[in-house]
Amino acid sequence: MTKKFREVVVTAPSFLWLMLFFAIPSIIVVAFTFHGHTPNGGVGEWSLSTWRELVDPDYPVIVWKTIRISFEITFWCILLALPCAYAIARMKTKWRAIVAGAIMLPFWTNFVVRVFAWKTMLHPDGWLQSCYFAFIQFRAWLFDGLPPFLRDFFIWVHLASPTPPDPASSTILDSETAVILVSVYTLLPFAIMPLYSAAEKFDFSLMEAARDLGAKSFYAFRKVFLPGIRQGLISAILMVFIPAIGSYVIPQMLGGTNCVLIGNKIFMRAIQNRNIPHASALATLMAVSVFLPLLCALWWRRHQAARERRQVEIRAARLMLGGTK
Amino acid sequence: MGEFLEFQGVTKRFGSVRAVNNVSFSVKRGEFFSLLGPSGCGKTTLLRLIAGFEQPDAGRILLDGQDITQLPPNHRNVNTVFQNYALFPHMTVFENIAFGLRGARRPKDEIEHEVHAMLKLVQMEDKAEHLPSQISGGQKQRVASARALVNKPSDLLLDEPLAALDLKLRQRMLLELDLIHDQVGITFLYVTHDQGEAMSLSDRIAVMHSGVCEQIATPAEVYEAPKTSFVASFIGDTNFFDGIVASAPEDDYCIVEIPDFADIEGFNGVLCYNDKKKTVGDHVNLSIRPEKFGISIDPPKRQFAHMNALRAKVEDIIYTGNHTNYWVSVGERRIAVYQQHAGYLLDEKPIRWGDEVWLYWNADSGYMLDDDAAPDDPLLPPKTSSAPASPSRADDAEGTAP
Repeated sequence: MTKKFREVVVTAPSFLWLMLFFAIPSIIVVAFTFHGHTPNGGVGEWSLSTWRELVDPDYPVIVWKTIRISFEITFWCILLALPCAYAIARMKTKWRAIVAGAIMLPFWTNFVVRVFAWKTMLHPDGWLQSCYFAFIQFRAWLFDGLPPFLRDFFIWVHLASPTPPDPASSTILDSETAVILVSVYTLLPFAIMPLYSAAEKFDFSLMEAARDLGAKSFYAFRKVFLPGIRQGLISAILMVFIPAIGSYVIPQMLGGTNCVLIGNKIFMRAIQNRNIPHASALATLMAVSVFLPLLCALWWRRHQAARERRQVEIRAARLMLGGTK
Repeated sequence: MGEFLEFQGVTKRFGSVRAVNNVSFSVKRGEFFSLLGPSGCGKTTLLRLIAGFEQPDAGRILLDGQDITQLPPNHRNVNTVFQNYALFPHMTVFENIAFGLRGARRPKDEIEHEVHAMLKLVQMEDKAEHLPSQISGGQKQRVASARALVNKPSDLLLDEPLAALDLKLRQRMLLELDLIHDQVGITFLYVTHDQGEAMSLSDRIAVMHSGVCEQIATPAEVYEAPKTSFVASFIGDTNFFDGIVASAPEDDYCIVEIPDFADIEGFNGVLCYNDKKKTVGDHVNLSIRPEKFGISIDPPKRQFAHMNALRAKVEDIIYTGNHTNYWVSVGERRIAVYQQHAGYLLDEKPIRWGDEVWLYWNADSGYMLDDDAAPDDPLLPPKTSSAPASPSRADDAEGTAP
């Protein structure tokens, strides 16, 4: 009884915090979606008009684009952060602190200022522009080589363009690539830090053991290092993916009209159109689109784990009965 | 017979420290070979050089006639049992053992078959699906051995594999390791700081000290005929005596004058077996094991041909169960004496503190060491008091190599 009481007392502050600043605001946002809006920017009467307004063919496209770009940002961030974290964890203690500090250093400069700096670097006369044009030419050539149905698929998911590259319209500024590039730049430290702290705790003698057992470096990295820093990997993915889903400053400043994400739409509805219920509905839609597949995946994994456990039990029982194979 | 594993002048430096200094020796096929020495003597470095985790600064390492000095660890046909076992925590016992075979892309049936054979060898069949965190220390040790052996290495390297286990378990695992060695018949290279482990398992022992091999010999030879004062004191306990050959009455025996005993009346020197062919005037560093002495209140009843006898005073008696340790003093000199209990000698008078006793030993019991005098080494007993040092027992588990 007293133990239970103590548990309640200890967890109460964080529970209250979550209620006040997460659960209740979320409920309010969802509740707003079932209201109309007033012309002066207020929340109107109970109605389903907001959800009716949401039936717009643009929205699924934007939601998908946001998810796809967030995945791409996460992919590149993790790809760059993994060797980085590995290298830092293997450094001498003195160097670790210096390099970790250097990674955090950009945070001393204002975020918007840094994005403006990128805007200068991505100027159409700059060398990044020439690199970019070479890249899209290469990509077009790559997709041209694909079988038509695959090419159509990539066009359908907006990974490929149906028209050949044109130097006049293909500027890196105001493109998806610019948004991804700068998002990776801003979010990379958030990927490196959890990975680094997991890698620092990782027992590198396990890598020696793997090498000793005949594993090639990459095999050991994949089979021993990655599972060893699993927790760090998961938090790094979340730390990058969640801000990427909600980002609107970078697409606003660098994406132009070619990269309007859900964040920009919410911003537009809430600030420009002063339609709070509509903005809330978009936010809810986005949250559901992200979390529904995640929940499905979680359920599927639990289901798989249960199946595996049953198989293990069967195998163990068979072993006990004496038949090894 | 061809040498299987060969070191040719291997040197490894860490900064300015020579962890391994110009070491050359060879191991025969199928041999159980131990590297024995105190913490920081370079034995673990030597093992890591064979495994391929370190590269020597000079010298070559040959395995079965092939130069493996520059090969990366995954291209060497040797496997290691690590001191902390280094089992993969996210894999089950089965997956741990299968790791090497899976990496080599062997067929699934074969992997299952081989792993089960290994599980059977180490008696872990019922723990196949457990995670390393769910099994005990001794079981982890077995899994680590199985994981290495399943790859059929030509040489198994064991880095203090029993250091983390308690005494009783260690004794059992010793027997198991010995059994496994007999069953698989491959070369075992065993690194330890525990002389007991090395003595009971090995065909041959290399005693290492400060990066140098001091002696390579069978356990009995290392104990009975130590080359240097370090070997004599590290393996078992001993008393050192410095002296000068006074005369050589017979071909095989000489009389050594020992300054510590110079004041004793009527005692003109210690009779010594002279296998080193020392001549009059030569300096001698003599090691006499504490259990080689006889001790009694009455004069020794039986006289041997080459016997030394001295009067001594009992300073301390330590009863340890299976034997008694005496500290006796001869003049200023303290000498350690171990006696087994001969309970059947009922008429023998018990020895008490302060008793005047007879101390006697056979001339063959003393052994002349190669190095001149006990060097100034913290691991050796202080020369004046000759306290029997037992660094092997006092030592904790050895820390990781530098």
